[in-house]
Amino acid sequence: MITLSNIKKTYNKGAVTAVKDINFSVNRGEIFGLIGPDGAGKTTLFRILTTLLLADEGTATVNSFDVVKDYSKIRDCVGYMPGKFSLYQDLTVEENLNFFATVFGTTIKENYNLIKDIYVQIEPFKDRRAGKLSGGMKQKLALCCALIHKPVVLFLDEPTTGVDVVSRKEFWEMLKRLKAQGITILVSTAYMDEAKLCDRIALIQKGGILSIETPAKIVESFPGKLYALKGGKAYQVLEDIRAYSGTESCFAFGDALHVTFKNGQDNGALQYLHEKGHNDVSMEVIPPGIEDCFIHLLKG
Amino acid sequence: MPPVIITDKLTKRFGAFVAASELTFQVEKGEIFGFLGANGAGKTTAMRMLCGLLKPSSGKATIAGFDVYTQTEKIKRRIGYMSQKFSLYDDLTVSENIRFYGGIYGMNTKQIKAKTQDLLAELQLENEAKTLVRDLPLGWKQKLAFSVSLVHSPDIVFLDEPTGGVDPVTRRQFWDLIYHAADKGVTVFVTTHYMDEAEYCNRVSIMVDGVIAALDSPANLKQKYNHSNIEDVFYELARKAKRSE
Repeated sequence: MITLSNIKKTYNKGAVTAVKDINFSVNRGEIFGLIGPDGAGKTTLFRILTTLLLADEGTATVNSFDVVKDYSKIRDCVGYMPGKFSLYQDLTVEENLNFFATVFGTTIKENYNLIKDIYVQIEPFKDRRAGKLSGGMKQKLALCCALIHKPVVLFLDEPTTGVDVVSRKEFWEMLKRLKAQGITILVSTAYMDEAKLCDRIALIQKGGILSIETPAKIVESFPGKLYALKGGKAYQVLEDIRAYSGTESCFAFGDALHVTFKNGQDNGALQYLHEKGHNDVSMEVIPPGIEDCFIHLLKG
Repeated sequence: MPPVIITDKLTKRFGAFVAASELTFQVEKGEIFGFLGANGAGKTTAMRMLCGLLKPSSGKATIAGFDVYTQTEKIKRRIGYMSQKFSLYDDLTVSENIRFYGGIYGMNTKQIKAKTQDLLAELQLENEAKTLVRDLPLGWKQKLAFSVSLVHSPDIVFLDEPTGGVDPVTRRQFWDLIYHAADKGVTVFVTTHYMDEAEYCNRVSIMVDGVIAALDSPANLKQKYNHSNIEDVFYELARKAKRSE
């Protein structure tokens, strides 16, 4: 449904490389996640695929249309929700939706079933100006506007940044329902827990792809053992275990510290911590999550 | 040592709408206090009252010993504030931003110069002193914004979603800075949508529909609500919210 082949894009007359050697494809009906930090090149890829930006090198297609030659056909059949809120702030909720429907030659009524689940939540505020909506409601309206012409591919650039846990869960429920209706979704996120909700994910950093896999396979490929270290005064334990010669990496994860060791497994770390006066700490081997894998890949 | 934040039934109404209702809590010196709530729960209203930017409708509060009704200018000198949305001037360089905020807070040239060097060294930004802030990666900007919010050695720093949109490693480096500041006695009052970050706080409060629905250490909250993580505790409380945003 989406293909990218050797895509490269630079800015400032070649001085800054935004993305390079990008190759991947997204299957029909798939939720494909682009996971990476700010500045990794995610938005550049979205803009190339939505025909808003020309790549320096390489080719890309969406729904079998070429992003350069067939740009107008692509624009007709995709929905795009940019990371920055891009609706008309001084139009009301309903006016925005009407506007987007009209631009794409359709009506709200015609595709209402597609947006119904989402739109009913913001319908009580349909006369409110979009600029006066809260973050969660802006997000829902933007999704409605991106869906109103019944696109075959949906591009969502960090749709849940700055949105609370409850709204984020609801949002992903909606994506699953859209997927069930056959819509292909390319979505980027900075929340690692959302990565595991995708069918496949591409980890992207500094303009290049580190890995493309299903979430399960990415977790499987984590080398060595991961330990959860609990107890004690977290910050002091963190400083001490980082200073320990056998430690490869240590990061805080919720109420535990996640530690990997240079030999792939523990070699006396607990003893060392006891000597440092941390008597109430415990350590166990745990399965790594996506975030552990991402941190590992970022460092490697 | 008295608590640095004391509130007693602090309330803000906008007409008939009660944005924040009878907030009563205390935050100790050097504590990392997580202030959680869904979008629209009333966090921003509460924070604005605590910063001396919004006059409460009723109730009491003191910040660093100063009253939120009558001593707001004194409060502003004793607090730092950083928001993800706005903190630094994009079209000023790194060192100009530090100089600007130092000047705002009444530091003299010599103090600012010394502070600038300390800060750049601590953040390993010595080579970027003359770089425009707009050209810095987001993670660096956030770390710089946090350090700048501490430039005048405040008692309390308010952080409003400081880590949105950055990668997991950068997010943790940011928390290293928070721990470091708290270790030196700065009180940290922080809002976040990352529930794993809530676990790094000494205590967290969860606001639902303008009311503090829960307030305790992460460990006690998990025990009380019988969940293995704060995200599930938050979800259980926040999904009961009736008021729309």
